[in-house]
Amino acid sequence: MPPWNPRMEEIPRDELQRLQFRLLKTQVYRLYSFSEFYRARMKEQGVHPDDIRSLADAAKLPFMYKGDLRDNYPDRIFSASRDELVRYHVSSGTTGKPTVVGYTRHDIENWSESLARAFTSCGLGRGDVIQVSYGYGLFTGGLGAHYGAERIGATVLPTSVGNTERQIELMQDLHVTAIACTPSYLLHMGEVAEKMGISIRDDTDLSAGILGAEPWSEQMRERIEDWLGIKAYDIYGTSELSGPMFSECTEQQGIHIWGDLALVEVIDSGTGEVLAPGEQGELVITMLQKEALPMVRYRIGDITVLEDEPCACGRTHPRIRRISGRVDDMLIIRGINVFPSQVEHALLEIPGIGRHFQIVVDRQGALDTMLVRVEISEEAFSDKITDLMVLKKKVENRLRSTLNVAVGVELVEPGTLPRFEGKSKKVIDRRSM
Amino acid sequence: MEKSYIIKQISIFSENRPGRLAAVAGALKEAGINIFAFSIAEADGFGVVRALVDRPEDAHRRLTDLGFRVSFTDVIGVKMRDEPGGLSEIAGVLGDAAINIEYAYAYSGRDAAVLILRVDQVEDAIRKILGSGGELLKASTFH
Ligand SMILES: [Zn+2]
Repeated sequence: MPPWNPRMEEIPRDELQRLQFRLLKTQVYRLYSFSEFYRARMKEQGVHPDDIRSLADAAKLPFMYKGDLRDNYPDRIFSASRDELVRYHVSSGTTGKPTVVGYTRHDIENWSESLARAFTSCGLGRGDVIQVSYGYGLFTGGLGAHYGAERIGATVLPTSVGNTERQIELMQDLHVTAIACTPSYLLHMGEVAEKMGISIRDDTDLSAGILGAEPWSEQMRERIEDWLGIKAYDIYGTSELSGPMFSECTEQQGIHIWGDLALVEVIDSGTGEVLAPGEQGELVITMLQKEALPMVRYRIGDITVLEDEPCACGRTHPRIRRISGRVDDMLIIRGINVFPSQVEHALLEIPGIGRHFQIVVDRQGALDTMLVRVEISEEAFSDKITDLMVLKKKVENRLRSTLNVAVGVELVEPGTLPRFEGKSKKVIDRRSM
Repeated sequence: MEKSYIIKQISIFSENRPGRLAAVAGALKEAGINIFAFSIAEADGFGVVRALVDRPEDAHRRLTDLGFRVSFTDVIGVKMRDEPGGLSEIAGVLGDAAINIEYAYAYSGRDAAVLILRVDQVEDAIRKILGSGGELLKASTFH
């Protein structure tokens, strides 16, 4: 299937970069003149719009953070007048004030265009029936996917979330070919369908899932694809960028970030320096055409790797790899980034170890040490010390090869590790104590 | 026949931190369970407590309820003669039969020292030891 917008999606890279530079310059001027907040931020940084003389000069611009939106609640960062807005979406933060995102007509257009390209790149188009099981309403997922799906001429089934049995019946009766939802909801649907005596693989026409809005892993993708007999595509976005925006293509080799809509950088979280493609770091996105709420060098807090080579599908725009974690969760052990989620995934693959764990980071002299405490399971408990030592060694080797850092493992009694308290108890960092 | 010599030992996983051993002993005592033999094997950061008790099922349930990881292990008890070379004699008998001793610990029984053994082929071991004139404790001595 050809791209939705071949002229733009297959644009030569140097042309794309010239376009990006032009758009960036325009966006920065616009913000500087319209937004008091951004003008102050730029002055603080000692940079003027005239200092942006090349695309690389983007690195001179100040960062924006989620906190900036909260501090300027509800719309003090907006750079469009109220009568230009055609929609609001609101995301509820876990702490403090919610974030309000406004859209002009042009913003909605670009959002739909972005998703039209994404859906087409997943092999969808006219004749497909796309079930949108993201929430509709203040959340961006439902309406965003809806507009994108209508744009490519697919038939939309706007089921939103909930009433799973009915969703499965409709999926079957209306010959749904693709679903947009969270990966965990799709797994839930699979289970409910089986209870109803329906196999999604054999008894429905479902062939693709456009999955996102929560972290997931390659293992989860394999499980979904094998079990449900569909292709599972990763979709990325956040309300501050508009909503879900970018997805993988059928190559499933990273998420295409449309360069005419967004400028993507990956930076070192500590120093803020821009990293070379292929290096893991913090994602920074500049929305090049957004009018109502133009996020420039926005630090979403997600960790990824930028892939700069053109994709085998022929699209020239840069890609990012699956989000591997959150900056807030990241630990730096001897200069290497380690995420609790990596530990979790590695442990899931070792039988005999419970799924609960605790990471203890400490410093011996100048050297960081990392200890992972795991509970001994009933099956794995042998009263032979040597068996337990072998198990411990196995977990250590596994973690070392996953994390590229030497890890000590401590076997602990069952029920002693924190259950649902979240990150605060899962990680104990004694270096800062 | 051999089965009557198989003694059901309870094994408890324990972290090397103060009070864990006392917690095990205290819980058993509170339940009125008698401990005949008790051994601790320690490694790097953890240990295994092994005990011969009069009511192993009750002990298992009690300790599991308290959150311990507990398992049963089949062991045998060899009565040691009061003469030198007893241990190496038994090791020799088992070694000739290609039976591995996983671990051993001693305790002083009513009338003689007793060696508790975990072996990889328990019924074979019982036959060989009895066949070579050795003396084994019956499980009924404990339970
Ligand atoms: Zn591609």
